[in-house]
Formats: sequence, structure tokens, C-alpha cells
Amino acid sequence: MTAAEPTCEQRTVEDLELIAKDCRREIVRMVKRANAGHPGGSLSVIDLLVGLYGNTLRVTTENPTHPDRDRVILSKGHASPAMYSALHAFGFIEEADLHTYRVFNGVCQGHVDSKWTPGVDFSGGSLGMGLSFGLGIALSGKMDEKNHFTWVILGDGECQEGEIWEAAMATIHHKVENLTVIVDVNGIQNDDFVDQQMVMGDLAAKWAAFGWKIKEIDGHDMAEICAAINWSKEAVGPCVIMARTTKGKGVSFMENNPSFHGKAPNDEEFEQAMEELA
Amino acid sequence: MTLAASRDGYGAALLELADDDRIVVLEADLGKSTKSCLFRAEYPNRTFSMGIAEQNMMLVAAGMASTGKIPFASTFAIFTERGFEQVRNGIARPNLKVHLCGSHGGIHTGTDGSSAQSIEDLAIYRTLPNMTVMHPCDDLSTKALTKALVEHANPSYTRTARNKTKRIYSEVQAESLEIGKFSIIREGEDVAILACGVMVSEAIDAADKLASEGVKATVVDVHTIKPFDHESMTSLAIKCGAIVSAEDHSIIGGLGGAVAESLAANHPTPLEQVGVQDVFGMSGQPDELMEHFGLTMSDIVDAAHKAVARRTT
Repeated sequence: MTAAEPTCEQRTVEDLELIAKDCRREIVRMVKRANAGHPGGSLSVIDLLVGLYGNTLRVTTENPTHPDRDRVILSKGHASPAMYSALHAFGFIEEADLHTYRVFNGVCQGHVDSKWTPGVDFSGGSLGMGLSFGLGIALSGKMDEKNHFTWVILGDGECQEGEIWEAAMATIHHKVENLTVIVDVNGIQNDDFVDQQMVMGDLAAKWAAFGWKIKEIDGHDMAEICAAINWSKEAVGPCVIMARTTKGKGVSFMENNPSFHGKAPNDEEFEQAMEELA
Repeated sequence: MTLAASRDGYGAALLELADDDRIVVLEADLGKSTKSCLFRAEYPNRTFSMGIAEQNMMLVAAGMASTGKIPFASTFAIFTERGFEQVRNGIARPNLKVHLCGSHGGIHTGTDGSSAQSIEDLAIYRTLPNMTVMHPCDDLSTKALTKALVEHANPSYTRTARNKTKRIYSEVQAESLEIGKFSIIREGEDVAILACGVMVSEAIDAADKLASEGVKATVVDVHTIKPFDHESMTSLAIKCGAIVSAEDHSIIGGLGGAVAESLAANHPTPLEQVGVQDVFGMSGQPDELMEHFGLTMSDIVDAAHKAVARRTT
């Protein structure tokens, strides 16, 4: 028996919005210090992460690997600055750890890595794998009649990976319900806009055709995020929350700009970003 | 003489392990071939069909392992390679204890032809940090070594063979095998033949033939390619001064590659490699193919003579 059981402290939407704002500043600072990283997709996903950690996720910082904890699988593992800023905001890592992002031997590796960072459940960095991993956790939980829940965050570009659809099929086949997918639909991938790289068509309809329940939301509206998360926990059957987001959200020159998928701001851009996020 | 296929040992091991409820089995539509079907028949609630989707199978197994399960996932050796990067990034890198079994390894697989005959699996899995790589030679040693994986600290890849070959070990002998330790089957001081999988019985026959020609051969079953038993390798190099490797696998990067690396680093010694000479296979009966690709007892005998002739001491 461990000292602390996984729980989630409920927070107001206003509180979560303030936390998300702090996280946005930390994301930009991390990328600036490292002079590398992925600001765009971190800024698009951060509200979703804050919504999860601050509203629903049953975890304990005293024992980040508690067997009964809920899991967050950040399959788009390059959005690690978002994860690290959330883990800091919710007490898993120290502010000093944020300064190790992409630094030699640092707690905060370039891509999320369960071997290096307390609170990280999945070693990402290679797209397409997180849903399968989350499915494995969910199947274990189902087998052992545990009530832990698994959240898998995918990118829309990431849905070009075939393994996503292998896992989408298998989740339905095995009647897994203790798992929800959130797709961060920011419309941009590494090289360009998603539909320039590979036309995705009606992504929600594709998930629905595989048998998943769908809810489409504004992925920057904290009230909608919390409502969708709660909906998916109550719903019967695996759910996909299609979260429409803006890549680079909160920093005007990064917003919807493919060049800030994987690039740090220069000094002038950094100053402007911090002013906009003040 | 009993004939048996090593894949049967995998299925038997899963059944014997079943009392441990951490054991889960994953299949990719080849359970009847890899013999995980034996576990499925008895324990359907702990057997998971992943369909013909190997990449997903690798990461589902990894996710299960992250919760404390001990997953055994199998398909054909060649199809495990479909998910190689999943094994690399999703299993080996986080060191999650997933045990992969690739059946139907090697040219010996036979009439299915080149698409099914993995001749590179041992090489590619050997390059991954944390991975243990095994290729046992008969059903009983496969069973014993598979059972030993439950207490093993790392993920693993085990190649089994489709077709029957001579059983090498008794049940008791097989139980004494240790992951990562050479199994010396016979001793002789003129040349050491290191073999794995279906080539072990060929190596034993070769040693008989060599004895009749006045050459005393040590025969080693290298059931574990990684971690490689460097200490035993060096002792044999010092003792025999001539080495032959024999594998139903490319001469690049597998058992022969591991032997070459070990010798070069620790005790440079003449080495002759019996294996697939950097070519793909084709259809045919196993014995026809083994002869065509130079994987027979007499190929080992020839290699032994060459190695002895190159001996410097």
C-alpha cells in the first residue's frame, strides 16, 4: 500500500485557464533556452493537457508510477514542452527540471521519455505508437478489473500513420472502454499544412467508421474541454475527442504558421511572445 | 532419435507458465503456426488477437508490460520485422519486458520461399540495447529457455524453427541451460564449432565425421546470441585455435557476426562462417535448400578443415 492514492483535485475553469497561461510561457521559455524544440504543437495541445491534469486525472505526485493511476499518453511526443510545463504545474517536476529540456543528461529529454521524467507514462518521439501502448494499458486494466483510465493524445498529422488505425480497430475488437483518444487537430505538420502533405478528408468520420464515439470541440475552450473529458468518461465505448486547435496558439506570429512546428524564436520574437503571453 | 520442431517448445512453455497470471499472450493471426494456439485453447481470456497488424501488437504488448504483465507476442520471424521500429522505440528503449517469438526463421522454413525465410532477424535484434536474442536448437531447450524469460530482466527476441530436427537435449539437460551461457555439447581440442538453431544437429554430425578424419571438434549450442558469452568464447579460442560458426541466417551480423566481433576483440583466431551468403532464399524442401545454400553437415566439415589449416598455433 502506498502512502498516497491517486486522486484529482477539481479546479475551476478560470483556474485552469490561468495554469494554461503559465504553461504557455514556460513552453516558449524552454524552447528559447534550448534554441530548439516544437513550440507550435506544444501551444496547440497545452489546454488539453491542463484540462486533463486539472480536472480529471487521478494521479499522485508522491508515487508517479502508482499502479492504479490514470495515464496520459502523449503520442505526439515532440510536444514535450507542453507535457513538461504541465508536469511542473501539477507538481511532478521542479522548475529547475524545465531548464534541463534538451540539455545533456537532463530530466526533460527532447521527446517525452518515461525513463527520464517523473509522471511521463510513455516514451514517445516516433509517431503512431501511443494509441497501441495505451490500448495495452487499458486491456491490462480491464483484465484485472482496475478502474484506471487511459488518455491518448494524438496529432491530426500523426493519424497518417497506419499503426493508429491498427490500434483503432483493435480497441473496438477488444471492447475497450477505459480509454479515450484526444486528437489535437491543429492542421499543420512538420513540412506544411496537413492537407498539403496528405489529404485527411473527414477525420472524425474515419474514426466513427471504425466504431468510435465522436465529440468535436474547440480545443482552446477550457469549459468545452472539461465537458468533453467528462462526457467521454461517462460514455459507453471508446471515444474520440476531436479538438480543433490552432498551432502556436497564443503567440501571434506562431499561430497557424508551419515554420514554427519545430523552431525556436529569435531574441526579438521571444520578447514579443512573452509580451503577448503576459 | 526423436524429431521435434522448436516452435512446439514455445507453445509448451506458455502452457507451463500459465499459472502465473501475469502471463499474457498476443497473436497476429499466426497462433496456429507459432504454437501460441496451445495457450489460447486453455486461457482464451489472457490471449489477445491483434489481427494481421504487427506494429500495433508490439506496442500493445509494451503497454501491458508497463502495468506489470509479462507479454509473450509471436508471429513469423519475418513479420516481427514489420514492427522493428516499434520494438526499438516502444519496447527496447524503455526496457519493457516484452518477449517476442519469431517462428519460421531461416531458409529451413522451406516451400513458402524467400518472403517467409528471415535470414536477418538475429542480426537486427542484436543491435538493440537491452534486447536478449535467442535461437534454441530443439523443442525442449526452447521450452526451458522460454520459461526462464519470466525472471529475465530485459525484453527478448527468440527465433524458433518451423520444421522438425533432431532433439538434442533431455528434459533435465534442457532445464539446466542458462540464458547467456554457451552450452557445450561435446568437447574436442582441434576446432570449435559454434552453432545455433537447426544447425546444431548438423554440427554434431559434422563432429562425428571430423572425428573419423582425425579432427577432434568441440560443439557448442549458442542458444543465446545476445548477451554473448565472451568468456567461454575466449576460452574456446585459446583451447582450439580454430573456430567455425554455423547458422541458418545471413553470415552478416548474426551468430557468425557475434563470434567474429568477440574473437577480434578478445583473442583473434581463424574463423570460418557457415551461413547464408548474403542472398535471399527460395522455395524448396528444407533438405534441398540447406544443401543449395551450403548449410549442411558437410559444409561444416569443410569449414572446419579450412579453419584448422589456418590455425597459427
